[in-house]
Amino acid sequence: MKELRLMKGNEALAEAAIRAGADAYFGYPITPQSEVIEYLMRENPADRTGMQVLQAESEVAAINMVYGAAGCGKKAMTSSSSPGISLKMEGISYIAGAELPCVVVNVVRAGPGLGTIQPSQSDYFQAVKGGGHGDYKMIVLAPATVQESVDYVRLGFELAFKYRNPVMILSDGIIGQMMEKVELFEQHPRSTEEPEWATVGKKPGKDSVIVTSLQLQSEEQEKVNLKLQAKYREMEKNEVRYETHQCEDAEYLFVAFGSCARITRKAMEMARKKGIKAGLIRPQTLYPFPVKAIHKLAKQVKGIMTVEMNAGQMVEDVRLAARGEAPVEFFGRFGGMIPSPDEIFNAFEQKMIGG
Amino acid sequence: MSESNIINPENLVYDKTSVMTDRVLHYCPGCGHGTAHRMLAEAIDDLGIQGDTIGVAPVGCSVLAYYYFDVDMQQAAHGRAPAVATGIKRTMPEKYVFTYQGDGDLAAIGTAETIHACNRGENILIVFINNGIYGMTGGQMAPTTLEGMKSSTSPRGRDIQSMGNPLKITELVAQLPGTYYVTRHSVQKPANARKAKRALKKALEYQKENKGTCLVEIVANCPSGWKMTPAQSNQWMEENMFPFYPLGDIKVPSE
Ligand SMILES: Cc1ncc(C[n+]2csc(CCOP(=O)(O)OP(=O)(O)O)c2C)c(N)n1
Ligand code: SF4
Repeated sequence: MKELRLMKGNEALAEAAIRAGADAYFGYPITPQSEVIEYLMRENPADRTGMQVLQAESEVAAINMVYGAAGCGKKAMTSSSSPGISLKMEGISYIAGAELPCVVVNVVRAGPGLGTIQPSQSDYFQAVKGGGHGDYKMIVLAPATVQESVDYVRLGFELAFKYRNPVMILSDGIIGQMMEKVELFEQHPRSTEEPEWATVGKKPGKDSVIVTSLQLQSEEQEKVNLKLQAKYREMEKNEVRYETHQCEDAEYLFVAFGSCARITRKAMEMARKKGIKAGLIRPQTLYPFPVKAIHKLAKQVKGIMTVEMNAGQMVEDVRLAARGEAPVEFFGRFGGMIPSPDEIFNAFEQKMIGG
Repeated sequence: MSESNIINPENLVYDKTSVMTDRVLHYCPGCGHGTAHRMLAEAIDDLGIQGDTIGVAPVGCSVLAYYYFDVDMQQAAHGRAPAVATGIKRTMPEKYVFTYQGDGDLAAIGTAETIHACNRGENILIVFINNGIYGMTGGQMAPTTLEGMKSSTSPRGRDIQSMGNPLKITELVAQLPGTYYVTRHSVQKPANARKAKRALKKALEYQKENKGTCLVEIVANCPSGWKMTPAQSNQWMEENMFPFYPLGDIKVPSE
């Protein structure tokens, strides 16, 4: 049964994990995402579905617990915020290398270092360019609403198992902390399947299963890399997701993701009210990135402005996608500051229309 | 008895356990890892739990342990085996889960994971190979390196003042209420190896009863890292390692 509720973004993520049929959650408290594990501990999903929840001794331990559970074919999730995600990077690289599925949530706060607990999008590079070591990619889903936070947990597990790859949900302190109406999907049963790549105990007459990312021979490692790259090309072909607003006749294009896209949409509407034909594209997957859609729009418009809550990260991918078809400008606030629609509109007028 | 007679099944006095694969071990000649593997494999075999066992290999010389144990295995990041084992055991509680870790893996980079898994009383077996050195990376100092012992990063011998003390992590985790059975063994002689196997078997039996974490330390030689012949290294181990890391039970069930 579908169910309507007023929920905080972080709690909605937690409830969605239970309903998606997750087998385990491992986490470590950090603001602004501690509500995820607090909700799970309160809810005690062991009674509801048998899902295991454990507070680990660190983010390092938590991601390695995820590795262990995922290696057994289980649906495992962890969440954290920026400094904690940095600690998880080694583990994420191992998970990508061993081709295990999992969902990692980053409720981003501003950095570098301990930074501030206020919302930010400054972990874009870390999420889409690797973050950990080695040539790997993870699918990065960027929710703009509490509803999308819920839907992306389910979608995240689907994609993680489809590709046997880590999936990151790149949320931020705004979406994590705010309350919105959400429609919760019905409870999915926990899977009883035993994938053939999972360590579930050696079957008589079959080879033992080994979960590893190690290849001592360069020739073998290159083969692994090629296989991974082929998988990433498949993701790029099949999994690009984005939303456009008033792009049909747009002469100017805004690009923004997550909570920042909601604010940017207001600025876009201000422009429209002044008779400027502006549109907005909101990437919902940051990897794979909507390269084709942006390239096509770049040919149509006079200029593009990305709006981000960081010092300019996604703008690099937008420039690559535009391939010189239109000038690409950037406006951002950072350090936990949130831009207002007015500010964005003023920057747009100045940079794009000529001030 | 003729030569052809000897290989008749009824005349067999010893057989390689089927829990070990036929792959050629990559370990240096005389290294303790091989015998330690066999004792653990035989313990699994004796208990008939090959199909119900999931192992975790470390980063270290035994990183390829998954080629030698014929059980399902995962390879963990350096030091993280107890966390990986926790993830396995929590979601597969009916399986027997073990980690196999060197001293650098378990007592340096993975200290937090070791202590917290033990403190939670995770129902896993931790097999701890203490050879007092980093074998895989070429003989650097380990947390367990003895005072005055030479390594490539303590070329004049371990100096306690600047390099700290050798860490008795086994005694340390024995203090934690989460551990149930903590014991120290060796495998350099048949009698020692048999005792080690008995301990490993006992630990796996306790796991079935969900008694808490069991840790079996095996003090082992590293002829290559110690720059000795296998025979010299065993003698050196008996004379130098055993006095500091005495063999025997450290924590036994109280019933
Ligand atoms: C994060 C990380 N740091 C360092 C290394 C390099 N490294 C590989 S094995 C090892 C030490 C292993 O020593 P030990 O655990 O004592 O096992 P042994 O090789 O002696 O059996 C180190 C430092 C690594 N692989 N990963
Ligand atoms: S380096 Fe040492 S521990 Fe490693 S295989 Fe050789 S003897 Fe064994």
